[in-house]
Amino acid sequence: MTIRPKLGLDGRTVRKARRLAQRATAPVVELAKTHTTVSVERAVLRLAGMTGTDPTLGSGEIPWVNRVVDTVRDQVGLEYGVALPVWHELRTGGYSSLDDLAEKVGSGSVQFAVPTGKDRDRAARAALAAARLGLSNIDRRRKERDRLIRRIGDPKQRPWIYLIVATGDIYEDIPQAQAAARAGADVVAVIRSTGQSLLDYVPEGATRQGFAGTYATQENFRLMRAALDDVSKEVGRYVRLTNYASGLCMPEIATLAGLERLDMMLNDSMYGILFRDINPIRTFVDQRFSRMVHARAGIIINTGEDNYLTTADAVDEAHTVTVSQLLNEAFAHEAGLADWQLGLGHAFEINPDIPESFRLELAHAMLARELFPDAPLKWMPPTKHMTGDVFRGYLLDGFFNLIGTMTGQGILLVGMMTEAVVTPWLSDRDLALQNVRYVLNAAGGLHEDFRPARGGFIAARAKQVLTEAVDLLDRIVDDGLLNAIADGTFGITKRPADRGRGLEGVVRRADGYHNPALELMEATGE
Amino acid sequence: MNEPAGLAATGGIVRPYGDTTGDGMVQLSFTLPIPHDARAEGAALQLAGKMGMAPAMVVHAKAMSEGFTFFVVYGSVTHLVDVSKVEVIEREYPLLPAKDVNAQIKRTLRRKLVVLGACIGTDAHTVGIDAILNVKGFAGEKGLEYYREMRVLNLGAQVSVPELVHRARAERCDAVLVSQVVTQRDAHLRNTRELSAAFREAMGTRRPLLVVGGPRFDPAMTDELGVDRIFGRGTTPGEVASYLVHAMGQHRGGAR
Ligand code: B12
Repeated sequence: MTIRPKLGLDGRTVRKARRLAQRATAPVVELAKTHTTVSVERAVLRLAGMTGTDPTLGSGEIPWVNRVVDTVRDQVGLEYGVALPVWHELRTGGYSSLDDLAEKVGSGSVQFAVPTGKDRDRAARAALAAARLGLSNIDRRRKERDRLIRRIGDPKQRPWIYLIVATGDIYEDIPQAQAAARAGADVVAVIRSTGQSLLDYVPEGATRQGFAGTYATQENFRLMRAALDDVSKEVGRYVRLTNYASGLCMPEIATLAGLERLDMMLNDSMYGILFRDINPIRTFVDQRFSRMVHARAGIIINTGEDNYLTTADAVDEAHTVTVSQLLNEAFAHEAGLADWQLGLGHAFEINPDIPESFRLELAHAMLARELFPDAPLKWMPPTKHMTGDVFRGYLLDGFFNLIGTMTGQGILLVGMMTEAVVTPWLSDRDLALQNVRYVLNAAGGLHEDFRPARGGFIAARAKQVLTEAVDLLDRIVDDGLLNAIADGTFGITKRPADRGRGLEGVVRRADGYHNPALELMEATGE
Repeated sequence: MNEPAGLAATGGIVRPYGDTTGDGMVQLSFTLPIPHDARAEGAALQLAGKMGMAPAMVVHAKAMSEGFTFFVVYGSVTHLVDVSKVEVIEREYPLLPAKDVNAQIKRTLRRKLVVLGACIGTDAHTVGIDAILNVKGFAGEKGLEYYREMRVLNLGAQVSVPELVHRARAERCDAVLVSQVVTQRDAHLRNTRELSAAFREAMGTRRPLLVVGGPRFDPAMTDELGVDRIFGRGTTPGEVASYLVHAMGQHRGGAR
């Protein structure tokens, strides 16, 4: 759907907003370019093909990439990155493979060194070759996706219908996901187990024990993608798979997603900071790497602005959503993501008891649509004001769906009338899809006729939110984004830059820092 | 409790009300894991019958996914409800305005009441505990931070039990308030048991008051879970404040 502007937004204000977002993010990007993290370094090893867990330490939950990165860190530090010491050792120590090296690290027989001079150049070249191979695997998966879409086809309608499965058990998730696809889902998201965000390692293998979600592991990714490939052929449209690149292992999970041809990833710039208390600097460093991988893999990211409205008021704080979208966009562009890859988030979370709540929702949704005309936008259903009154909830979801189609949203996360009660039942999903289908069928073309009155309630509200967003961006540019986050600007949650989880995993890069994956991705990004 | 007009007439015995007194009408929806056909509708009626609905009518049946059918059933239930035999947990304490709560703390403790709040385990839902603790409060009532005679420490989410015990000791707190929202696989019950066991082990009978809350708790489970009080859906800060002064006065007058 092409988006014809209807709100009469002032082009100068829009450009100013983008300029300010650029300026607000620049210092944070600089921070990301001068630091690395344990997870970024582990992602480099994963990209180069290191897999598996240490069988002797723990009970299968310590991946080799963790062992190797921790060992390098203990012995020589991470200031130069993991690649130089690892590939220097690999080249000179007589190992048969990267996995062989990992095993020797496990037995404690490896002494790493940061190579210099010619040795450094050779190690860097070897590391680049390994990373290039890894990236070519990601490229291959991307081409494979393109081919499948060409052959099987895309969904016929926009918005794409996005459904969640969350049993905790990958073998339960698979039939549920296939059932969801048969019932009309264009995108299936497997939500993660609570607690995974705070694990500083990626679990391994097929898992059956999650809480309120299923662990993100490479094997679970592979199993689910294969199952959806099967069902895609059956239903005649390519069904996309979504997971979460968030938490302490964001860069590694992004890499695994690229390698296993996931199609969308939740990847918000601030979600982990605000809602998991992960250190802000850790998050921004990890995020830049993960977004570069997503850019390369042709993955559509989903951002998480909807979540702010669960802790902050959706009317009073509407402009913080706009600000965050602009920041997410600026970060994403810098990392090489194209507009079609930006599933910027926003949500139908206004208290339904306030007068004209629907018109306010419409104004906010149109504002997002017109500010980001080339981004798919992810439209999120009511959650906070859903109650045990499932009948009222069904009506709210209908109104939510109506805005979804009226304003040309790209991705519509299907709302469940039982949101406040349970993780969705089979029948909840079926009823919810009927709701979506009815609305798309009954009003799918309404956007052609609908135009808010000039200077009327909707246009004025959109303008007001944009103005407030520009004012806030102005203040953020002055104070610094990290300070703004510390002060509780987003989601009224205060997160100082020197606190939160995972800070100990952040390392300032030294002058000779080398990261083969970043180097290759930055080269193609420019 | 105010008795609705209809009650007195039937002596506390009621039946569900559809559109006339005593018609017993209810609606019910459920899914059976069988494909939709005449037999499936019969199976739905059989279930309704066993649930006490007679006569019952399948007013909607729809095949879902592969091998499932969704039903909506209407019918009259044969059961009678005896309102006089209903057991509820009555609020065991009077609801006090903030100034009375403050005055009572001052009188009985002669110092501030120290309250520690957190979400334990991997639960990251803080809106509930914040509603109880933050000045902003909930449902028009100010949160505990607003109470002059309380010192409130909100540790936020994802706090481990050992960490909580440690802080409770260090702050010499009187009451620990814990929120649990995620209930899949009974995570809330498990975490609460871990909480009470840890406090018992670390502090014995000198442990602070343990209060848990969340939308899916059964307030009758206090003994089973080893805590002093459980608050459910829609709790307001005023209720919690009133309970705290009541409990402090009753049982311990401060755990220091
Ligand atoms: C907001 C929200 C979130 C926000 C939370 C933001 C934040 N900082 O809190 C975000 C987006 C982060 C989130 C994440 C997730 N969520 Co959530 N979330 C919700 C939502 C929409 C509203 C909850 C809420 O804020 N209610 C408002 C408050 C005021 O109500 P309350 O918590 O019941 O609190 C009241 C009482 O219970 C009581 N109370 C509560 N605690 C305490 C404590 C004490 C001491 C006392 C006295 C009283 C008390 O007093 C409060 C005021 O009355 C609900 C759905 C819904 N509408 O209920 C889902 C819901 C709770 N979430 C759910 C899930 C599964 C998740 C995730 C696990 C999803 C995932 N796999 O990623 C993650 C969890 C991550 C984690 N580690 O916990 C499920 C839980 C299912 C279950 N029963 O197990 C729900 C029900 C949605 C669903 N249907 O699937 N979520």
